[in-house]
Amino acid sequence: MNITEIMPFIVLIPLLAGPVCVLLPGRGLPWLLATISASAAFILAALTLGSVFEGETLRYAFGDWPPPIGIEYRVDAANAFVALLITGVAAILLPWAKPLVDEEIPERQGSFYALFLIALAGLLGITLTGDVFNVFVFLEISSLATYGLIAHGKDRRALLAAFRYLIMGTVGATFLLIGIAFIYILTGSLNMVDLAERLPALGDSRALQVGLGFIVVGLAIKLALFPLHHWLPNAYTYAPTLITTFLAATATKVALYVMLRFIFDVFGPQYSFTALPLAAVFMALAIAGMFAGSWMAIFQRNIKRMLAYSSVAQVGYMVLGVSLLSLAGLTAAFLHLFNHGLMKAALFASVGLIAYQAGSLRIDDLRGIGRQMPWTLTAFALAGVSLIGVPPTAGFISKWYLIGAAVEADQLWLVALILITSLMALIYIARIVEVAWLQPRPDDAPAVNEASWLLLLPVWILVAANFYFGLDTRLTVGAASAAAQALTGGALEGLLP
Amino acid sequence: MTVLSFFNYWAVIVLMMIGYYCVIVRGNMIKKIIGLGIFQTSVFILFISAGKVIGGSTPVLRDGVSVYSNPLPHVLILTAIVVGIATTALALALTVRIREAFGSIDDDVIDAAQQDDEGR
Repeated sequence: MNITEIMPFIVLIPLLAGPVCVLLPGRGLPWLLATISASAAFILAALTLGSVFEGETLRYAFGDWPPPIGIEYRVDAANAFVALLITGVAAILLPWAKPLVDEEIPERQGSFYALFLIALAGLLGITLTGDVFNVFVFLEISSLATYGLIAHGKDRRALLAAFRYLIMGTVGATFLLIGIAFIYILTGSLNMVDLAERLPALGDSRALQVGLGFIVVGLAIKLALFPLHHWLPNAYTYAPTLITTFLAATATKVALYVMLRFIFDVFGPQYSFTALPLAAVFMALAIAGMFAGSWMAIFQRNIKRMLAYSSVAQVGYMVLGVSLLSLAGLTAAFLHLFNHGLMKAALFASVGLIAYQAGSLRIDDLRGIGRQMPWTLTAFALAGVSLIGVPPTAGFISKWYLIGAAVEADQLWLVALILITSLMALIYIARIVEVAWLQPRPDDAPAVNEASWLLLLPVWILVAANFYFGLDTRLTVGAASAAAQALTGGALEGLLP
Repeated sequence: MTVLSFFNYWAVIVLMMIGYYCVIVRGNMIKKIIGLGIFQTSVFILFISAGKVIGGSTPVLRDGVSVYSNPLPHVLILTAIVVGIATTALALALTVRIREAFGSIDDDVIDAAQQDDEGR
């Protein structure tokens, strides 16, 4: 067995384990199966990334139907990197979340874990596939499972959040389908490599522009790019802890990856950025998102919702890197994609422990809780330091590269904006630290115990990863620049105005 | 090349706008779901119309026929229809649960109830 033949199992293992999970009784077995399959997918994803790190491309044609007729999985450094993030986060979170899931979803856990595995398989499928219609199908598979997972939240508002996400998500996916229809009608092909060869020969046309526009807008909804982010805060706030943590670390990242795949690989950067003013639009929306998201985060009363708005701002940083139209900018975007996954996973996981132990997420109820849950709150503060971008954390590395890319593009004013929004992040993180550590615990507040070390350990592993990847950047920067190289093929030179 | 020769595409645009308008404007969840269904269906028609080859026969191999219509869009849309049905079913199931939890399926009423929740 060589790596090309086992690579599709990254998607197949969770996809096949999902339906089995429904049939398993009780609370232990579904969880065990989900954990094992996520870990297996993680190992395969790590092996795959290892073998494409030097710029190779793995291609696997399903049923031996040669592409472009058949569907193929096509893996280079860009999607292997994203797949590693998704499976890694799932493999760390699943063992951790068992007691939390037991509390939040006491019954029918089989179907809950099945939905989780199907959402995982869908996200991985979007990442690995080399067929544009396959992207749509996997996008809907993961989205449908996600709507169901969000609706599992205990609060009745979770249902409403799921419904509104369903409406927006389906409109987004249908936009993607319309865009795919346009490029299919123009070329008669659905294979990404084949499309990349056929589209430039067609020249510019209104139909192609409309197709690109629909695809970008559809995926921007999934990406929660400001101002299309309205589904995100409610969905993240009311979903069960495991789901919030997992989605915050992975779902928007996958949408960003697939959008980049369309813009850079299928349409080609020469076409995408000249036919539509994408760079200017991305830059404006990214900056607006960075400010609006951080601003809203400062005034939230619910800590989970605060982090959700912070995610809207962080998506802005990634898209800002893309809008610089340089290899350095794209590298920064991929770097932040990975690092933001790490820091948001750590933040939401520690908030999950607060909810589990203290039973409340209102910031007012967290007064003085730092002294009762010191390990959890310290983890939160350290992950917050990474979010702000203080050295030596992963967050610092991604902001360093983003600022480097802005300087390289001669856009010094962007550096100032990045620093201002980082200070806004400092405000909302410092606010929690102030409330939790410096304010006295009210006398009538219920006693709260520290979470058990079994729950703390994975959170601290995530926090440690934030610091590790802030010091040793060989894997992250290496993979991010390999990913940027793989997407563009070095085709960005001479594109800057 | 008359206007009528693009009849399918006119139908697609009209249906798409009706559906999209319905999704955005209607406060009633069932009407939103209906709008979403119309919106998705219009895209299905777009795909299937593109598969028609003028003068082409059904795509079954037989003697004396050399021009066939393209069957691939139909296959793709078969998948998309399944996705659409799953979406509608899930949306309806959520609506039932929302009705149980909030006592209404109207956006305005539910928003008011949600305001109460925020206060707690």
